[in-house]
Amino acid sequence: MSTTKTLDPPTGTRGSDGATSPPRTRGHRRPWRKALRRDWQLYSLAVLPLLFFLVFRYLPMIGNVIAFRRFQPGGNLFGEYWVGLRYVKMFLTDDTFWDVFTNTLILGGLTLLVCFPLPIVLALLLNEVRSRRWKRFVQSVSYLPHFLSIVVVAAIVMQMLALDGVVNQGLRAVGHDAIPFIQEAGWFRTIYVSSEVWQTVGWGTILYLAALTAVDENLYEAARVDGAGRWRQTWHVTLPGIRPTMMTLLILNIGTFMAVGFEKVLLLYNPLTYPTADVISTYLFRMGVVSNSFSYAAAIGLFESLIGLTLVLTANTISRRAVGTSLW
Amino acid sequence: MVTKVRDTRGVRVFRVLNAVILTAVVVVTVYPFLNVLARSFSDEPSIRAGEVNLLPRGFNLRTYRYVTSDSMFWTNYRNTVVYTVVATLIAMAMTICYAYVLSKKHLRGRTALVSIAVVTMFFTGGLIPNYVLITSLGLKNSIWAIVLPNAINVFNLLVMKAFFEALPLELEEAAAVDGLNTYGILLRIVLPLSKAMIATMVLFYSVAFWNSWFTAFLYMDRSELLPVTVYLRNLIAGATGATAAGGSTTDIQISANIQAVTIVLTVIPILLVYPFIQRYFVRGVMLGAVKG
Repeated sequence: MSTTKTLDPPTGTRGSDGATSPPRTRGHRRPWRKALRRDWQLYSLAVLPLLFFLVFRYLPMIGNVIAFRRFQPGGNLFGEYWVGLRYVKMFLTDDTFWDVFTNTLILGGLTLLVCFPLPIVLALLLNEVRSRRWKRFVQSVSYLPHFLSIVVVAAIVMQMLALDGVVNQGLRAVGHDAIPFIQEAGWFRTIYVSSEVWQTVGWGTILYLAALTAVDENLYEAARVDGAGRWRQTWHVTLPGIRPTMMTLLILNIGTFMAVGFEKVLLLYNPLTYPTADVISTYLFRMGVVSNSFSYAAAIGLFESLIGLTLVLTANTISRRAVGTSLW
Repeated sequence: MVTKVRDTRGVRVFRVLNAVILTAVVVVTVYPFLNVLARSFSDEPSIRAGEVNLLPRGFNLRTYRYVTSDSMFWTNYRNTVVYTVVATLIAMAMTICYAYVLSKKHLRGRTALVSIAVVTMFFTGGLIPNYVLITSLGLKNSIWAIVLPNAINVFNLLVMKAFFEALPLELEEAAAVDGLNTYGILLRIVLPLSKAMIATMVLFYSVAFWNSWFTAFLYMDRSELLPVTVYLRNLIAGATGATAAGGSTTDIQISANIQAVTIVLTVIPILLVYPFIQRYFVRGVMLGAVKG
């Protein structure tokens, strides 16, 4: 850095050169040796972070080869020898795998269906509030669950749904028998999605609220002149105005579709609710970490991320073609 | 005048409805907290009878005394504090260093350095290879299993990088003329200018580390090493009779008020800082969104 000034005079003099093709000089790269000599201190700051990325991000990516290799716990990180598609065939013929696959699709689909539109609705409602203090209060309160540990959320859910919890108190009050919600497979999806709504919807409004303030006031004025009522203003001005944000978040949501709240499912499910609650990620967790079938679990994991990647790419392409918004 | 005319009956109905809906949102969000708080102060028979709603029944502090007299609870609470502090410090050092390097537009190879980080946002190794790696590195049952794999959050890194890029170059150049080297410039010129941003980043990281549980759950076998989040998770897992591996499973029904007290004690630090940190987080989300 200290030599930046002395080595960089061309930047200043380039203008006076005039005709001698400045664009070329721009495209011309300094050789590595020179760059290293000049910026070695900067590069030295990048050494530890690069080591971090290499060891804790890229090694695990390569580590996925154990999906196609025989792996022994405590042995070679990348397995012992190739076994081809043995583990892939194994899970494709595993009935439990297809059960958890279906569960993943259903749970992910429900979450997307409910948790994607609700922040938009809430943001629109907040946007209509006139009192700034009331608006800020509602925002502050609704953001709060986002800051809680997922363990705390799960614990609160269990307190509410316990046999002596408030939900069952309500049921008893209307003359209904208490329901052991946490133990019943039929209730798991409802519980999961509701807790997801409770935790994420408030926080999800932030980007929409920001996008809403950016909608051009003149458009509303013009719509009013054309005789549009409030509903039509919302429909024809507000919603198109926040569409890029909606599309971006939709694509991102679709990208995490397959990974459905792994930690939350792990906390909320139990063997009694496996029929509806067990998803790919929890299944591979039990297969790998609990039962030590690492290769088998890695194969499933690879399959899961492959689907996830395909989903994002597809959603991104469709979005770009259809409405001109895309992540990249 | 004009607004008066436009406030038709429909609009007035909407306003009332809107107020009702938003009030409902507030109630639904706050209600579970108040209920857990009420349970934490109630006695066991009242809870079992399903009488505790918003107000404590059979008010007492016995459960608080019981939980806070459990030495394992305090050991785990201290672990949470230690893990959070150490992990945040290391993550800050790593993030600042790398973000500063990435912010230097003239640097040869900068694009490649940025890509190395950004690629990991879209591709991850997945649970099993990570588990195998940490295990074979011998990091199990050590704080490093929690700290090292989470040393850089790429989202935070990009926010920090954008901030550094927006700093005026002139100051750094002047410092260079005065004979400061890169490390000196970063420490004495750039960091003092970035206090607000650094505070935000510290909050981002420390809240995430404070709340995390899965890494510890995965890599810690000995209960004296667990953070308080896993302590809580073992309580609730015991209560449902879940036999998910890793945690201890007891047949003993852990009484509801013990759970409630543990929830309250775990949440208190977050609730205390929440009013102050909220707007920083909102700003951070915006910054990240602008970048992405």
